[in-house]
Amino acid sequence: MSDMKSVYGQGKDNYILKMKIKSIILFIWFVILTIICLLPIYILVINATRSSNEIANGFSIFPSSHLADNFKEMTSNENYKSIFRPLIGYRNSAIITCSATLLTVFFSALTSYGIHVYDFKLKEISYTFILLIMMVPTQVTAAGFVNFMIKMNLHNTWIPLILPAVAAPAVIFFMRSYLKSSFPLDIVEAARIDGSGEFRTFLTIAIPMMKPAIAVQAIFAFVANWNNFFTPSMIILNGDKKLYTLPMMVNGVQASDKFTDYGVIYTCIALSIIPMVIAYVLLSKWIVGGVALGGVKE
Amino acid sequence: MASAAQRRIKSISYAKYGYIFILPFFLVYFFFQLWPLINTFSLSFRENDEKGAKFVGMDNYKAILFETKVDDDVAMGKAEWLKELPKEERVATIKAEQSKTRINEQHRLFSEAFKNTLILWFGNFIPQIILSLSLAVWFTDAMLKIPGKGFFKVIMYMPNIITAACVAVLFTSLCQESRFGALQQIFHSVGIIDGDIQKTNYSDWVKLLNGEWESRIVVMFIQTWMWFGNTMIMLMSGIMGINPSLFEAASIDGASSGQVFRKITLPLLSPIMVYTLVTSMIGGLQMFDIPYLYHDKGNQKVTESLRTVAVYIYGTFNNLEGNKNYGWAGAASVCLFLVTLALGSVTFYLNRDKDAIAKKKQRKKLAQQAKIKNKQFGGLSI
Repeated sequence: MSDMKSVYGQGKDNYILKMKIKSIILFIWFVILTIICLLPIYILVINATRSSNEIANGFSIFPSSHLADNFKEMTSNENYKSIFRPLIGYRNSAIITCSATLLTVFFSALTSYGIHVYDFKLKEISYTFILLIMMVPTQVTAAGFVNFMIKMNLHNTWIPLILPAVAAPAVIFFMRSYLKSSFPLDIVEAARIDGSGEFRTFLTIAIPMMKPAIAVQAIFAFVANWNNFFTPSMIILNGDKKLYTLPMMVNGVQASDKFTDYGVIYTCIALSIIPMVIAYVLLSKWIVGGVALGGVKE
Repeated sequence: MASAAQRRIKSISYAKYGYIFILPFFLVYFFFQLWPLINTFSLSFRENDEKGAKFVGMDNYKAILFETKVDDDVAMGKAEWLKELPKEERVATIKAEQSKTRINEQHRLFSEAFKNTLILWFGNFIPQIILSLSLAVWFTDAMLKIPGKGFFKVIMYMPNIITAACVAVLFTSLCQESRFGALQQIFHSVGIIDGDIQKTNYSDWVKLLNGEWESRIVVMFIQTWMWFGNTMIMLMSGIMGINPSLFEAASIDGASSGQVFRKITLPLLSPIMVYTLVTSMIGGLQMFDIPYLYHDKGNQKVTESLRTVAVYIYGTFNNLEGNKNYGWAGAASVCLFLVTLALGSVTFYLNRDKDAIAKKKQRKKLAQQAKIKNKQFGGLSI
């Protein structure tokens, strides 16, 4: 008996040791991947604080002291100022992104609620239709979209960037699944008995109950709209710089041959990226959880 | 025991509210997405100018999909038989032949774009799925005691939320083929490139921006860098949805981690794998921001080896670049649409609810058997 016990104990020890070694190796691998993920952003931040000469002289892991100079150069040099104006970029991107996000979230909640709660003839057909159109890529409709917007004289305005956000099939799909799992129809009935109108029920009862789904989708809609470069660059045509979004300004930095100071270039990119990174760090729990949720529902 | 109010409510039809609630979606969808889609189709059958008035049938499709034969002698005006024609006719013939060259160029560009899209997609999807799948398995393995799993997850997802346009410009600056490029400096310090890179006439850079395969590899790297965290988290949620008692039973039976992966994780994960595959394929067909912006600074042209289908469409109709060839762009869009449609139907087919279909079949069979029995009893229903 005692022999067997020791043999068993040895096997267990071996197993634990094996797992420990595997854990350590994997930990090192994860650290390497983390470094790869962070390195480009780290170099960006470091180089934003260095002057062009320092950047040419080699790579460094320590920040320098030229951030203020780069910033001053960016805001005062006529060549740079005409292309990259961060405040206008932030303002434009924020207006477009916030309105588009609000529209997406509100109208997707409305549509999914309508499909979930009411019984009507075209209910199943309209939902199937929404599922079908979910996969049509924007690139497919782009040519017709721009052509049509020019005909309607809506190019060079923000309307084609904001209003289409009302129709977001994927968000509706997500919210419908959420409603299915956590919104009992009895509540609507109870509200009716208490004399609440249909819209009031939606606004005061359904929306608060859908908060988790709305929060997750709002974050994703915000990220997608903020990062969108394709649509604005097709719609804002004649180079009216006052209407440019932040990604378009970064494109301007890339396309211009007057931007020669690498310190300033890195500062421009850093100004476009860092707010997003900070927001992500603050909201990361929600975001990572939201991605996981999306994966399960599909 | 329904109260009077409850009974009254039951008798009211609320169907009209259903229509009111979904109306805004369909209005906006029709105006901003469905009509543009129809417009794209109609443009693809029309002449290549801004108004696109003249109907030309399948000419645009022929132009981008097939090669048109061009007689070089005629196009250059050197063919002997041309001299016998009257002058106006000769000029017209030469012009027609020359316009064929222009059309041929579209075929070349489109097939190049298709090839580039496939190469870039494969080169980004395969490393990405291997990396994400292995990470997802390790992250969900309860036996492994790794500290800071949450932190790693958060960092690995981070590249995905950064603006793709900014990422492309950042990598252009890092890979710059000059003494400013951080990667070139690293290559120099490691010894891959040698000589004094501070000299102004130094030119032995690794062609990270302009080399055909080098630039593709960098773009593949950027795409993988941006998307592996996202795929990993999706696969993780799929693995966590698998009944944990299966893993427990396997480990009690002494299965190795490789066996568990092959016999349990992979088969049960297949719906999510298919979903990931197809979304990634459709995403790959749309690849635009990074290939479009990853090129030499100050040079407005997209690197030839990076022209994807989306870049082709954009460049063909974009008004900023002065090309207003809506016909070709429309035809390319329709081709892209058909490919997407095919891929989408494959997913729907593979992801269909097999249990529900089997049950339906069984029910039908039972009904048939019941019918037969009924006949045996002289048509009496039991």
